[in-house]
Amino acid sequence: MKVALLLTLAAVLAAPAAAERGESLYGRYCARCHGGSGSGLADRGPSLQGVGARAADFYLRTGYMPLRQPGDQPRRHRSILSSAQIDALVRYVASLGGGPRVPRPHPERGNVSEGMRLFTDHCAGCHQIAAVGGIVIGGRVPSLAQSSPVEVAEAVRIGPYLMPRFSRKQISDRELDSIVRYVQQTQSPKDAGGWAIGHLGPISEGLVAWLVAGTALLLISALIGRRARS
Amino acid sequence: MSRIRMAIAGLLFLLGFRRAQRARRRIVPEGREDRRTETLVILLLGAAALCAAGFVAVYALDRIPRQTQFLGLSTGLSFACFAAASILVGKRLVAEEEIKGPYPTEHEPEQEEVVRIVEESKDTFTRRRLLGLAAGGAGAALSAAILAPVVSLGPFLDTDRLYVTPWRRGRRLVDDRGRPFRAADVETGTFYTAYPEGADPEQVGAPLVVVRLDPRALRLPDGREGWAPHGILAYSKVCTHAGCAVALYRTPLYEPTSPRPALVCPCHYSTFDPAAGGAVLFGPAGRPLPQLPLLVDGAGHLRAAGGFSGPVGPSWWGVRKK
Repeated sequence: MKVALLLTLAAVLAAPAAAERGESLYGRYCARCHGGSGSGLADRGPSLQGVGARAADFYLRTGYMPLRQPGDQPRRHRSILSSAQIDALVRYVASLGGGPRVPRPHPERGNVSEGMRLFTDHCAGCHQIAAVGGIVIGGRVPSLAQSSPVEVAEAVRIGPYLMPRFSRKQISDRELDSIVRYVQQTQSPKDAGGWAIGHLGPISEGLVAWLVAGTALLLISALIGRRARS
Repeated sequence: MSRIRMAIAGLLFLLGFRRAQRARRRIVPEGREDRRTETLVILLLGAAALCAAGFVAVYALDRIPRQTQFLGLSTGLSFACFAAASILVGKRLVAEEEIKGPYPTEHEPEQEEVVRIVEESKDTFTRRRLLGLAAGGAGAALSAAILAPVVSLGPFLDTDRLYVTPWRRGRRLVDDRGRPFRAADVETGTFYTAYPEGADPEQVGAPLVVVRLDPRALRLPDGREGWAPHGILAYSKVCTHAGCAVALYRTPLYEPTSPRPALVCPCHYSTFDPAAGGAVLFGPAGRPLPQLPLLVDGAGHLRAAGGFSGPVGPSWWGVRKK
């Protein structure tokens, strides 16, 4: 009884404390570019009012934000913030002006082959069919090898940095489940054996075949020549 | 110097000098004639020619099931027969000689000797012309087989049909399931693929990439006023460099700190500016992406307002003259 009372008390006290902590974290890490009240600063950072928990969660969990320089491309790395600090910041950004919540994809309801078709149509142009990333002129395309299902679902709707965003009319939530399922598949591909060569398909495989088989043929001809001479 | 000597030696050889040589002592020991092997070689060369001709036939017909396998089989067999014939000639027909000591170089008597060796090595052949004909036939058929696919590269003289596209004034834009595009549904920050209603979507001139930009940000070339209602722009989805699908749309979330919007081809990174009429920003493409003028009909659907601003797809000879 006493313990429960104490826990309730702690929770009541902690709730405003977390929001407060979110505000102070915001002042420390975000306000320099996004402005004091999240209204954005011209040529430094966009407004955060109305972007919601979805965008804040994506940018903070992937380590994209905080960014060192406003003009840099955000890159995935381990966040300098702890998970609890990220939670507090996400709640604070969401409190700035509402906005979409963090999505909850259900890859187990998705279909891998439909996901592959959709990924080919919408994503593979930049991320490659093996979801290993690449470049567009002006930016790097990240690999999806470490992306969680929630991050994939968030990115599709937000369109981070140079990526286009996709509305529910273009990719429904059910289709998004299939895409997430396919991305999971690329993260742990079922290899029949042998050397996968980045799962990039016939071009890289052909290149390796030519180089390896060509070298072997050269060696064999050299051996034959040496035998014929002696 | 040695080349001139070689040429003189060849000339003398051709002018019947060999008759004088005949009388001399042979260098190459007399081999025995082998008519059975000769027949076999002629048959093999014939088979090589037949297989190569088969490749051309299969390629030209273009509707045989498992065509790829037959193409591979015919070229493979043709080369195998040619190789077998060459091995037989080398091992069984050409008379051999062995030179003890260093090989003669750059000295006239020795060069003459080489010419004689070549000449005398052929003595064992009884049906020279037939053999030569068979080898020539096999070589010609193989060359034809290798060159046949060149025909598929495109129309050679008549390029008029390359300018034809299915887009006419009033034709509706539909998505891959045939549903029309409503202008109000086209959002900024993303891209759509559209096709002509009631036309073959596989045609080079059919697919479009549709994007929406802020109308104030547009810098379209002169004469294209009204081509982009509400800032909605349509371009051919086929890259003007190598004909790949322009499948990348670079769209900055926050423009002041990022590169500006661009359509990018994933094959060789040709980058086009949708705000400036498809002008090339970067990459190997030589012409801007052709733009299709749009209009919004009474029902709010997107329709073509005419044909493309230029020829669609990779360039060909004379593409800029029309």
